[in-house]
Amino acid sequence: MSENLITPENLVYKKTKSMTDRILHYCPGCGHGTAHRMLAEAIDELGIQGETIGVAPVGCSVLAYYYFDVDMQEAAHGRAPAVATGIKRVFPEKYVFTYQGDGDLAAIGTAETIHACNRGENILVVFINNGIYGMTGGQMAPTTLEGMKSSTSPRGRDVKTMGSPLKITEMIAQLPGTYFVTRQAVHTPANVRKTKRALKKALEYQKLNKGTCFVEIVANCPSGWKMTPVQSNKWMEENMFPFYPLGDIKVPEK
Amino acid sequence: MKELRLMKGNEALAEAAIRAGADAYFGYPITPQSEIIEYLMAENPEERTGMVVLQAESEVAAINMVYGAAGCGKRAITSSSSPGISLKQEGLSYIAGAELPCVVVNVVRAGPGLGTIQPSQSDYFQAVKGGGHGDYKMIVLAPATVQESVDYVKLAFELAFKYRNPIMILSDGIIGQMMEKVELFEQQPRLTEEFEWATVGKKPNKDSVIVTSLQLQSEEQEKVNLRLQAKYREIEKNEVLYESYKCEDAEYLFTAFGSCARITRKAMEMAREKGIKVGLLRPQTLYPFPVDAYRNLAGQLKGILTVEMNAGQMVEDVRLAVNGQTKVEHFGRFGGMIPSPEEILNALEQKIIGG
Amino acid sequence: MAKKGDIVIDIEKCKGCEVCLAACPNDVLAIGSEVNRKGYRYAVKVNSDCIGCANCAVVCPDAVITVYREKK
Repeated sequence: MSENLITPENLVYKKTKSMTDRILHYCPGCGHGTAHRMLAEAIDELGIQGETIGVAPVGCSVLAYYYFDVDMQEAAHGRAPAVATGIKRVFPEKYVFTYQGDGDLAAIGTAETIHACNRGENILVVFINNGIYGMTGGQMAPTTLEGMKSSTSPRGRDVKTMGSPLKITEMIAQLPGTYFVTRQAVHTPANVRKTKRALKKALEYQKLNKGTCFVEIVANCPSGWKMTPVQSNKWMEENMFPFYPLGDIKVPEK
Repeated sequence: MKELRLMKGNEALAEAAIRAGADAYFGYPITPQSEIIEYLMAENPEERTGMVVLQAESEVAAINMVYGAAGCGKRAITSSSSPGISLKQEGLSYIAGAELPCVVVNVVRAGPGLGTIQPSQSDYFQAVKGGGHGDYKMIVLAPATVQESVDYVKLAFELAFKYRNPIMILSDGIIGQMMEKVELFEQQPRLTEEFEWATVGKKPNKDSVIVTSLQLQSEEQEKVNLRLQAKYREIEKNEVLYESYKCEDAEYLFTAFGSCARITRKAMEMAREKGIKVGLLRPQTLYPFPVDAYRNLAGQLKGILTVEMNAGQMVEDVRLAVNGQTKVEHFGRFGGMIPSPEEILNALEQKIIGG
Repeated sequence: MAKKGDIVIDIEKCKGCEVCLAACPNDVLAIGSEVNRKGYRYAVKVNSDCIGCANCAVVCPDAVITVYREKK
């Protein structure tokens, strides 16, 4: 009765080839690893590993190039869309993506983000929004929710003095240069699969030269939020999703 | 084929970028260098050679676009003027750290701050000492003519790829804005080579290429620093360029770079007419600095006057070069003021001969 | 009846985050008492009810789980 199922012909899921074998440095339960893997799977399903150039940000995913087995450049903090612009303009046939956190994309890199999207650069921007600066130890991010505590908003974000959380993805969707703008998550199997479909679609659209594709992934930060991974996913559903609702924000006109 | 034209410095430099086979220019307007991007936009090199020209949202974005294109092994160039070059320092440090080739043009205006749009040489320190954070150097070429503005673009790309290092052309508002006769070199082909250090798409059975200046381990970062320093020693050995005039019998020496050297040459001729045996040494590379040229002359000299459109910057490198063997003084006008040959000669007589 | 499945857990990569536990429809996974070389208590299989749905592997942030399912 105990037949061995672990045979090559029975294989249904394994780590995809555009992910390296390195152990990820992310904290236990962090959504970065899953987001990485979905992007890598999208790349492999399209068979474009050798034609893809990625840009890593400054932040927790600064070492993304250790985990993606594609050619990559490390950008200065916030400058990934400019670096990606430089790459895409000299290599219009390649698939170019940036992978950025909320501090990188929506604070220090706001100008680069908005202008790359406004020019309609044919790149994919992957935006990880966990409402906090994880790498530097849990400081307030542009996307930190009202009242949310961080090491630089220890009494909770006071919007009167600290500004309101920035819905940059909705802003981006207003720009004529963007072609596909969506907000996803990677905390449940169904959401993970949807995220991959969105990333794959975004890469496919890049071939059409119709403009920037922007995929926000609302993610957890168990360490920064000071919760267990499972608690953080629940907290994310209850607190992040009402303010950052999941779903497509801008889809190509039929 | 010789092609002579009467051209403005900035426009000639832009034409040279196309002819040098540049793959991409990324820039942002700022006086007194906006003619560079204007010329490129008007000339539409995308049709001529396939060269990309893009007006970025800022100098910061422009230098990072250069980083991206350079990381792909392409010939990328940007230009700006002093305040904009300050904004580019972050990107330049990353480019130097990631060892990417690129050309950056600074058509210097007076500072600090917003300063004035008039010409200056007050970015000497920023250019030759690195400028941004961390231990790094750029090769700094200082044109004194429109002709050199053209020739140095080609040279800069050659050096950039030879050393995988940012190269700065340190021009100024005079050179950028004046018109001169210039001989344009022939159109060079754009690069077709794929470099193993460049992100061109991962090759099967090869490791992916990573362009980065990040090292988490101090041991690794020190190795990077040592490699960079070894490269800079090579550059210092191989790439020094300077011109000297009437130095054989000189008892005194003027030294100046860029536009200031032209005015100083007139002062030298006036001094010679008065019987003062003065020569002129004009560094064409400010880094690497022609240390040996000064050192070799120091023994025969009673003094050196550096003439600069700043408050005294290159004078420090001249003093280091001669190491006390002869007196070194500085004469400068700044804030956009240009020294006259008469006041330069007067400074020689007051500060060096009579001092 | 659901097909039978099985999983292989790369215990040295597992960080014991428990995200896979919640994703499994048949409570196949639990966090064990042993630790790996990094000191994490890693996920282990506690029954043979796996149906090879791959939910655990899909949500695993560290790409720790490989999934097999019988072909029929």
